[in-house]
Amino acid sequence: MLKIAIDSLGELFGKIASAQTLYIPADRPDGEAEYRKYEPGMKLTGRLNTVRSAKDFFFPQTESLVDFKVEGKNIEVIDPRKECEDFVVFGVRACDARSFTILDKVFLADPVDSYYKNRRDHGTIVTMACTRPAETCFCGTFGIDATAPEGDAACFSDGESIFFKANNDKGQRFIDSISSLLEEGDTAKLDEVQSKTREILKKLPLAALSTENFGGDKLNEYFNSDKWGELSESCLGCGTCTFVCPTCQCYDIKDFDTGHGIKRFRCWDSCMYSDFTKMAHGNPRLTQLERFRQRFMHKLVYFPKNNDGEFGCVGCGRCLSKCPISMNIVKVMKALEEK
Amino acid sequence: MQEAMISKAKALLADGTVTRVIGWKRGEFVYDVTPAVFESAQELDEGFVYDDFTAANVSKYLIKESRKEGKILCFLKPCDTYSFNQLIKEHRIIRENVYIVGIPSDGKLDAEKIKSKGITGILSAQRDGDTVKVETLYGIETLPLADAMLEKCLSCKSKKHVIYDELIGEDGEVIDSDRFDMVEKLENMTAEERFEFWRSELSKCIRCNACRNVCPACSCEKCVFDNPQSGVENKAPADSFEENMFHIIRAFHVAGRCTDCGECSRVCPQNIPLHLLNRKFIKDINSLYGEYQAGEDTTSRSPLTNYDTEDCEPKIVHERGVE
Repeated sequence: MLKIAIDSLGELFGKIASAQTLYIPADRPDGEAEYRKYEPGMKLTGRLNTVRSAKDFFFPQTESLVDFKVEGKNIEVIDPRKECEDFVVFGVRACDARSFTILDKVFLADPVDSYYKNRRDHGTIVTMACTRPAETCFCGTFGIDATAPEGDAACFSDGESIFFKANNDKGQRFIDSISSLLEEGDTAKLDEVQSKTREILKKLPLAALSTENFGGDKLNEYFNSDKWGELSESCLGCGTCTFVCPTCQCYDIKDFDTGHGIKRFRCWDSCMYSDFTKMAHGNPRLTQLERFRQRFMHKLVYFPKNNDGEFGCVGCGRCLSKCPISMNIVKVMKALEEK
Repeated sequence: MQEAMISKAKALLADGTVTRVIGWKRGEFVYDVTPAVFESAQELDEGFVYDDFTAANVSKYLIKESRKEGKILCFLKPCDTYSFNQLIKEHRIIRENVYIVGIPSDGKLDAEKIKSKGITGILSAQRDGDTVKVETLYGIETLPLADAMLEKCLSCKSKKHVIYDELIGEDGEVIDSDRFDMVEKLENMTAEERFEFWRSELSKCIRCNACRNVCPACSCEKCVFDNPQSGVENKAPADSFEENMFHIIRAFHVAGRCTDCGECSRVCPQNIPLHLLNRKFIKDINSLYGEYQAGEDTTSRSPLTNYDTEDCEPKIVHERGVE
């Protein structure tokens, strides 16, 4: 397997960044990690994952879809898109990598979302296998192997070197582009690291969590469950879970009069918000219970129903860490399963 | 303490004083406790918890809970009693429907802060004097208590309960805290440095509204920022609105009513030190209108909603803060 010494990562990043824009997860002063545009000297974080997910590069929180310029009776329609450069997102974890399978089912299905597709076409996702999963991790629940991540190309660390493996043609092209810095390496130590990580994955507190009681056929069983009342009781109705989630994909579109034209603007929406899916007749979900239920039914029942059994969660654990009142999909799954 | 609280709750449920109990429910890990309502002795035995991670302030939930049938028992930490009192003052909680048991708190731990020190795979956390011992999937880690404690507890302003029906344990005193130290540091910065500080902090905002929704002072039925008719509705960080407007407008809106409970900073997923904006207002109110602590009582008038001939003049804005 081709590899590079961890000490030479700076050189590698420099080479990638000389050809295209590179984003890596880097440390923030508050001890969290976030994706940053690579600049010389920047170091890869030691944190397991970033607060905001890699989703942001392909489905940003805000974007302008189209501008209208009105002069007299003429309307000029302007496409504001300028993104046409290739970019690399390095160090994506296995959970976040799987989120693109889910997002692709939404945005690349007919009618294709050309804004998302444009970024998918230009972006290369280079993943990094996990070696120190956290107590909040449960990607295994959704059939994800944290030691063998998806993505265009995958990286594996044995503590001294980073090994590279292409998962598709785009990933192979990426590896070819950096091959001058890589050398063939022995994977004996890597195999050891991987089997150790697999042992830890088995021992995670949420290792036994299963999707067997969820899926598209559970609508009637769960929709009217009396558990929703107590589960949603302390929900603050904030958007933290939806905004740190790598798979939440709901958005809102609005036209703004800027005074000298119209901007059609898209931003993430949250099913937790009181005006979510508000229509001319009003709002279909009037209480927090209904809004709360929507989020979890979407991930555990509606999404698999419409997408060949694929669940709308990847077990990254961000909502487990970040919810202000520590209510999350794991607690919901366990409560609904109780008969 | 937890056992004493459970016994107290069971007794008050049994003798009919209350029909429900609001407290904290055990989660999947050592730290992920959730505010919850308990209705029976069995529910209390199964899930009620009071420990180093029960930091959430339950006072705001009582707006809703005190409007339900029957009386509810709440356990309030000293800081939570200030929020409760302020909500009584603002006619938001129906006092007769709440039975308050004051409980002591010697500060709560912050799992996110522990994780920010690079500690992962947390299985348990035990306080031991000035240190915290954290058992993880990767071995035992020990860190100084200050590195694991919530910011709001590190600069605790009071161990005194300002409202209660009864207490478990002894009541404490108002503390001469160092909570304005960082505000002073910011005041002593140049305008450019201060602008840089707040820009870099506020630009992290993802506009999740957790700070607003948890805030006991933010109890409007419909927030202007959620109202499509207001013209300022916003559900995304766009056009640097958050850096320039949202948090600052919110700080103005709660000025004179914010008790400095610290929940805004506790819940921020991006670790923005929002409490510093509120503390700046509190410090200014103290120096311009005389010492004032919101939530200390239920009857006094806030300096900002009262008029006094000794009040400072608007020109104070020009006299101070001009470089």
